[in-house]
Amino acid sequence: MTQEGIHSDRSHEFTIHTPEGVTFSLPLAGPTSRLLAWMIDFFCISAFVKVVGMFMPLLGVVSADFSRAVSILFFFAMNIGYAIVFEYYWNGQTLGKRALAVRVMDNRGFRLRPSQIVIRNLLRAVDSLPMFYLLGGIVCLVSRHAQRLGDLAANTIVVKQVKVSEPDVDQVFEQNRYNSLRDYPHLVARLRQRVGPREARLAFEALLRRDALSPESRVALFNTMARHFREKVKFPSAAVEGISDEQYVRGVLDVLFRR
Amino acid sequence: MIIDLKKFIATEQPFWRELEQLVVRQEADPYRRMPFREIKRLHYLYHRASADLAKINTYSAELSMRLFLESLVGRAYGVIYGAKAQAVRFAPLKWFWNSFPRTFRRRWQAFALSAAVMLLGSVFGGGAIVVDPHAKAVLMPFEHLQMDPSERVAKEERMTENDRLAGGKSSFSAFLMTHNTRISILVLALGMTFGVGTVLLLFSNGVMLGAVAADYIQAGESTFLVGWLLPHGATEIPAILVAGQAGLLLAAALLGYAPAKPMGERLRETVPDVVTLMGGVTLLLIWAGLVEAFFSQYHEPVIPYGLKIAFGSAVLLLLILFLTLAGKSGPRVSRRRRANRLQRRKDIRDKLLAPAPAQRSER
Repeated sequence: MTQEGIHSDRSHEFTIHTPEGVTFSLPLAGPTSRLLAWMIDFFCISAFVKVVGMFMPLLGVVSADFSRAVSILFFFAMNIGYAIVFEYYWNGQTLGKRALAVRVMDNRGFRLRPSQIVIRNLLRAVDSLPMFYLLGGIVCLVSRHAQRLGDLAANTIVVKQVKVSEPDVDQVFEQNRYNSLRDYPHLVARLRQRVGPREARLAFEALLRRDALSPESRVALFNTMARHFREKVKFPSAAVEGISDEQYVRGVLDVLFRR
Repeated sequence: MIIDLKKFIATEQPFWRELEQLVVRQEADPYRRMPFREIKRLHYLYHRASADLAKINTYSAELSMRLFLESLVGRAYGVIYGAKAQAVRFAPLKWFWNSFPRTFRRRWQAFALSAAVMLLGSVFGGGAIVVDPHAKAVLMPFEHLQMDPSERVAKEERMTENDRLAGGKSSFSAFLMTHNTRISILVLALGMTFGVGTVLLLFSNGVMLGAVAADYIQAGESTFLVGWLLPHGATEIPAILVAGQAGLLLAAALLGYAPAKPMGERLRETVPDVVTLMGGVTLLLIWAGLVEAFFSQYHEPVIPYGLKIAFGSAVLLLLILFLTLAGKSGPRVSRRRRANRLQRRKDIRDKLLAPAPAQRSER
């Protein structure tokens, strides 16, 4: 994949085009989820240091000085090494990132290299300037792929892991309800081919939230959607006569999602 | 166009599963050398899954199937295109004796610039103290450096019985290591300010160093100065300079010393070297921290200055020899082995370019 193969706009999506002509988009993690993940990590580091610190006096058996030295080195190693070690072994995730379902990725879709993980974490020193990751946060807000300086240097991006569940179709469609569109299987097959996953999903969401809409908006919205679907495939008037726009959209989704 | 989705999935699923198995195995051990037959199979399965994904993209209701295939193709894509010609496991000794000194030499210009900036700072700091001795409070904001150098030397040399670091050497050493490493990480990281921050930090360190040196030399305490600073400074100062080298490399990649390449590409080439240099910096600073806490803070009559200076000089000489000579001969590979390796690569290339009728008829 060439650099030209990477596209993104400020809608926070990162798209990868493979040379085989396949395209997939990854949603980028914004500054808020990254800040929350960092806060969880900070809490984990503090807790871990505290717990280990409770056992440090045991090293005082050797000498109090030695125990202090180990504490200083351990605290430093935790601060610098925590994210490096976790991101290396957990494929771009720390405890905080896992909790927030975000992941560090190479910006070409490749496996993260150790040098990328090290540099993005060492550069926290500049991202955290002057305090509380202000510089990193600002750069993250204005940069094209929501990257802080460490990410820019390491050529990494932080993406959201999207868990997409199958739509709960039974919530919307009533069992055994007659759907006039099903009388035309060849048109149904054409509809399945012409309607893209995104528009189907959008219409499904609209149907799920229809009760939250004001009556006027509800009529207008389903009118737009019905018109859109009617343009895709024209059903004979016998199939669509007397049914409202909303019923039509429901009928379309019924044949799309239920076999 | 898919006519019968059920049949399509039933036919293709075994290929997807096989591809997933190959990808999982390679992800679990990226250093594994794939047999040639497996590479060809992976390549074939990846192309097949890519084509399937393009087809299934037209099916609106097959969201989960599409996401599964997208993720599978994405992972396989990472394995195939992200593969290195030769994935090599990290070998610490090889890294230390070869990678670090070689990287240092390959990027010597950045080191020279880093040293020049610090030297300039030292000249400025030294000059400022000579011209205006009252500038001391501003240039050296440390209590123990504020007093008259001769007074301090006399005080240090009197402390033969009371070891002020008694019971605190290890923690002092640990503090020095972590503090200096933190500073050098900052010197590196400020490279992202297009090098401005790195240059300022190197310059200010130089100013402080130059001011201290001028102050002690003026007071006639040169021997004390060298005996005090050289043992740990022989590694500490070069370490900061190498961190500066790393920071300037980052800056150069940002600014575009090879403008024909995009910035991302320039950074991609630079970052492994930067990380290697920082690994070396950490080792140098661990050594410097130990020496400073356990050796540098003791003066005559506890440790003769001659011994301290000799020790510091030896360390500096060894460091110079290490950085200029180590890894020069390179890993020893016999001519025959090298020829065999080249032949093997050529064979693989020829086989890959040759048509594979058996695979094509599979679909």
